[in-house]
Amino acid sequence: MFDYLTSLLGDLNIIAYFIVPVPALLFVSIFTLFAVLAERKISAYMQDRYGPNRTGKGILQTVADMAKLIQKEFISPSHADRWLFELAPFIVFASVFMGYAVIPFATVYVGTDLNLGLFYFFAITSLSVIGILIAGWASHNKYTLIGAMRSAAQIVSYEIPAVLSALTVVMFAGTLSMQSIVVAQSGGIHNWYVFGGPGDVSRILMIPFMAASCLIFFIATLAETNRTPFDIPEGESEIVAGFNLEYSGMKFAFFFFAEYSQMFAVAAVLSTLFLGGWQSPFGNLIPVLNTPLFQIFWFLLKGLLIVYVQMWLRWTLPRLRVDQLMTMCWKYLIPITLIIVLIVGFYLVIR
Amino acid sequence: MAELKTETITLNMGPQHPSTHGVLRLELVLDGEIVLEVKPVIGYLHRCFEKHAEAMTYPQVVPYVDRMDYLASMNNELGYAVAVERLCGIKIPEKVEYIRVIMAELNRIASHLVALGTYGLDAGAFTPFLYCFIDREKILEIFEITCGARLLYNYIWVGGLSHDITPNFKEKVLEFVKVFRPRIKELNDLLSFNKIFIERTANVGVLPPEVAINAGTSGPTLRGSGVNFDLRKNDPYSIYDRFDFKVIVGNGEMGTVGDSWDRYMVRVWEMEESCKIIEQAIELMPAEGNVQEAVPKRIKPPVGEIYARTETPRGELGFYIISDGTNYPVRVKARGPAFCNLSALPLMSKGCMIADLVVILGSIDIVLGEIDR
Repeated sequence: MFDYLTSLLGDLNIIAYFIVPVPALLFVSIFTLFAVLAERKISAYMQDRYGPNRTGKGILQTVADMAKLIQKEFISPSHADRWLFELAPFIVFASVFMGYAVIPFATVYVGTDLNLGLFYFFAITSLSVIGILIAGWASHNKYTLIGAMRSAAQIVSYEIPAVLSALTVVMFAGTLSMQSIVVAQSGGIHNWYVFGGPGDVSRILMIPFMAASCLIFFIATLAETNRTPFDIPEGESEIVAGFNLEYSGMKFAFFFFAEYSQMFAVAAVLSTLFLGGWQSPFGNLIPVLNTPLFQIFWFLLKGLLIVYVQMWLRWTLPRLRVDQLMTMCWKYLIPITLIIVLIVGFYLVIR
Repeated sequence: MAELKTETITLNMGPQHPSTHGVLRLELVLDGEIVLEVKPVIGYLHRCFEKHAEAMTYPQVVPYVDRMDYLASMNNELGYAVAVERLCGIKIPEKVEYIRVIMAELNRIASHLVALGTYGLDAGAFTPFLYCFIDREKILEIFEITCGARLLYNYIWVGGLSHDITPNFKEKVLEFVKVFRPRIKELNDLLSFNKIFIERTANVGVLPPEVAINAGTSGPTLRGSGVNFDLRKNDPYSIYDRFDFKVIVGNGEMGTVGDSWDRYMVRVWEMEESCKIIEQAIELMPAEGNVQEAVPKRIKPPVGEIYARTETPRGELGFYIISDGTNYPVRVKARGPAFCNLSALPLMSKGCMIADLVVILGSIDIVLGEIDR
C-alpha cells in the first residue's frame, strides 16, 4: 500500500507515511477494546459466571474502562527514574505496532511489502523487551526488576525457536516477503505450509514436520507475548504484577494495549506463515471468496481463532516456573526445530 | 578477569501480597531467583483471642473461636465444645453428635476446597479456583439454611447446638454429596493431573517425615509426608470411632514423599473420605432428639484443667483450658495447627525459587486468622 501511495502521490509522498498506518492503528485500537472484553467474556464462560454485563450489556465495559484510565492521574513513584519510567510503555507499544507494517491483511492492504518482511517483524517486535527492561529498571522496585529480568531472559530465548520454525517456511517459500509467502500458498487448504505447502505428492512426508513447526511457532510466540502458561514476567501470584507493577492510568493501559496488539500480531504471522494468511481455504473453487473483502475476512478469522486459543490456554493452564521455561526452550524446542530445519533442507535438496 | 561481585537482595513479600493468604509477611533473602532464607513475620492479625477469652463466660468464647480459623469455623467450635464438655463432664445427645460430625465434615470439604482452589491460583491457574468456589457455595448454603450464617456460625454450643436441623437437611446434604463426587474427578482432570501443575509441585518443598514430626506439623501437611496420623482415628473424639474411613497419606506418586503435590493430593482424597463419613452419619442419625436438652443454663466447670485436641482441616487444634470453678475460664490456650505448620516453611524452602516458595506456602494451607489469633 505504501508503494502504491508513493507512486500515486509523487512529490507529496511524505503524506503516505501518515496515511498508511491509520487503518492498522484503528484496527489495533478496536481489536484491543474487544479482545479485552472477549477475554473477560470467554473466561467467564469457562468459569461458569457471567462476566461484565452492566455497562451497555457488557459490550461497552472496556470502553468505560478506557475512559476511566484516560482520566487517571499520571503517578510516578518518587524514586523512579522519571524519564525512562514515562518512556517505557511507549517503547513497548511502538515496537509491537511497528510490526504491523509488514503484516499482509489482504492483497490490497499491507503497510509495506518489504522483501525482508519476516526478518523485520522479528527484529522490531523483539525490541519490546528493551521497553520492558526499562520499565522494570526505572520503577525502582524489586518486584519489577525481577519481572523485567525474567522477561528479558524469556523473550530472548523464545525468539530462537520462533525464528527457526519460521525458517522452515522461508526455506519452502524461498522468500522473506510476507506477501509472497501468502501468495505461495494459494490454491486451497492443502497448499498451506502447515500441510507441507504446494508441491508434488512427496510433500505428504513433510506434513508432520511442518505441523510440528507450526505448533512450536505457536508455543514460542505465546511465550514472547507473556501469556499463560508463560506469563512469568507478570506472574501475579509470585511477583505481584512484574514489570508493570508501578504503572497506572494510561501508561498501564499502553502495556495492556501492547500485549493485546502483540497477541494479534503473532497470531497474524502464524496464520501468514502456516495457515495461508488471507487465502481462502477453498482455493479457486469459489472465486468470489478470493475478493479483497473476503481476504480480510479470512485473515481476521484465522487470526482471531488463534487469539481465541491463546485465551483458552490462559484460562486452563497453570504457570511454568522460570527454570522449567528455559529448560523447555533450550533442551526441547530449539533442538527439535533445528532437526526440523535440517530435515526440510534435505527434503528440498532431494526433491 | 576479577570475580564478579554479586549481592543478595532482601525482598519483603507481604503483608499485602496476592499469595501470602492474608497478612503474612515473608522476609526473603534472594540470590537472583533463588531463595536463600525465609523468615515468616506474623502478628498483623493479632486480636488477643486468648486474653479476651479470660474475660468471657464459657459460651461467650464460642464466637471468638469462630474467628480463629475462619475457613473452618465449625471445626473450631467443635474443638472448643469438646474441651469444655470434657471439663464439665456433659453428656451429649446422640443426634447432636451426628449433626456435629456432619457439619464438621462439610466444613472440612469447604475448607479444603478453598485450599485447593487458592493453590491453583498460586500455581497460576485461575479457573479451578472458581470451580472450587461453586461447590463451596453449596455447602455454605446448607449452613445458611441451618444456622443463618455463612462463615462464622456460632452453631456448635457447649452441650448442644444453636438450632435444630431443618426437615429437608438430610436430602440437601445427600444431594450435595451426590453432585460433589464427580466434581472431585473434574478437579483432578483440570488441575491435579495437569502436566504443568505436576511439574510445578512434585519434588518441590519436600518435607521428610522425621522433619515433619519434629517441626510439630499436623493435618494434611504431616500426612502428606507419609505419616499416618489423624486424630479422628488416633485419638477419637465425638463419635468418629463409629465411622469407616481411610486416613489418606502421601505416597510420593509423582515425586518424593512429602512434596507439595502429595500435600495437595491428601486434601483432594480427604474430601472423598469426608463424603463417606457424611453419608454414614446421615444414615445412622436418629430422627428424634432435642439439640438443646444438654445445654447447661450456667456453665461452671469444676476446678481443673483439660487439653482436648481435634482434627481440623489444617491439623491438630488443641484447647488447653484451666478452670477455677467460676463461669469464667482462667486461661484458654489454643494450639493452632496452621501456626505450627508455618514453622516448617523455612525448613522446606531452603534453596527453592520464588515461584516454588509460593507453591510451598500454598501447600501448607495457612489461615492467618488462626496463626495470629
